[in-house]
Amino acid sequence: MEHYLSLFIRSVFVENMALAFLLGMCTFLAVSKKVQTSIGLGIAVIIVQTITVPVNNLIVHYLLADGALAWAGFPEADLSFLGLIVYIGVIAALVQILEMTLDKFFPALYQSLGIFLPLITVNCAIMGGSLFMVERDYNFPESVVFGLGSGFGWALAIAALAGIREKMKYSDVPDGLRGLGITFVTVGLMAIGFMSFSGIKL
Amino acid sequence: MAFDKQEAKSVLFSPIFNNNPIALQVLGICSALAVTSKLETALVMSLALTSVIALSNLLISLIRNQIPSSIRIIVQMTIIASLVILVDQLLKAYAYEVSKQLSVFVGLIITNCIVMGRAEAYAMKNGPFMSFLDGLGNGLGYSVLLIVVGIIRELLGTGELLGYTILPSTANGGWYETNGMLVLPASSFFIIGFLIWALRVWKKDQVEDKE
Repeated sequence: MEHYLSLFIRSVFVENMALAFLLGMCTFLAVSKKVQTSIGLGIAVIIVQTITVPVNNLIVHYLLADGALAWAGFPEADLSFLGLIVYIGVIAALVQILEMTLDKFFPALYQSLGIFLPLITVNCAIMGGSLFMVERDYNFPESVVFGLGSGFGWALAIAALAGIREKMKYSDVPDGLRGLGITFVTVGLMAIGFMSFSGIKL
Repeated sequence: MAFDKQEAKSVLFSPIFNNNPIALQVLGICSALAVTSKLETALVMSLALTSVIALSNLLISLIRNQIPSSIRIIVQMTIIASLVILVDQLLKAYAYEVSKQLSVFVGLIITNCIVMGRAEAYAMKNGPFMSFLDGLGNGLGYSVLLIVVGIIRELLGTGELLGYTILPSTANGGWYETNGMLVLPASSFFIIGFLIWALRVWKKDQVEDKE
């Protein structure tokens, strides 16, 4: 239990997807103008990340890895070079299914999250989560915890940035720095703040 | 296909300063930040991305009239992902050390919004040759920024460029006090932020309106 708890804390704070690995930056910078919308996007990322990382984990372990097809009678097969195309396919398909499910059974939630779901397919944090899971060789329970934690960390970061940007409306930023420029600098400062977590060992 | 030299030139060069994919279109930032701590990785990443985006634009533009619009995203994704797998396998075969350093970021070219964005915005509407140039131009715009950031970070952070000592650091008996902060990922935010500022002071029309 303790192992999973420490993995969760690590993926939320120490190895924060957005601020330590700088993943998912495009949407991170583009959709962080209002707290409300960024929390909506954050929740959508948590949901998608918690589903896709474990699903890709199962696919890697039972279909793609070296010798993984032994159960089907192909112990020699190594399909790991197909990894990238499979992960993105899984992500795109799952996002589509999630969108349809929400539309059918939870229309209220779909109304608030709907516009963000297509954006998530091209969110590098989601793809990055699956790739990190493969690189670090997580087993199934670990991948569930990692998916949840990394999604949560990303959501936390975008909500925090949106909060800062809402306050920043009242400050007098030099012309050329306004908008994108100052946002970069803000995120840089936040990333340095999050680095202070990296000393924590659990 | 009519070939217009003037237009070709503007398609190729305007993304470098006037319409830079990173500084103005806010596309493809993830990889720009994480791979620039050394010039070598920045160069390899630029090369990988430029070839993927130019070829994907070319291929998508060739079959653009055959793609039904309802499944175009999936078709684009598949083409891009196949190209990225090619690049990934090539890097693993011929530049294993660099591909280890780039780790997941080669794979993340698939979700790099520049590639998808150009495929969707340009290659679906224009001929193969112009699309190829557009991909090349946007790849170059990305590369210019990446290489500038890579040079700043490696030179000032470690005093070296591509492994050669330029500024002898105090640790090795020289005079240059290395700036350790520039080796950290966070510094790339500041550098890109200030580069955008510099670019917008030069090109006034890119300044954003007040909210």
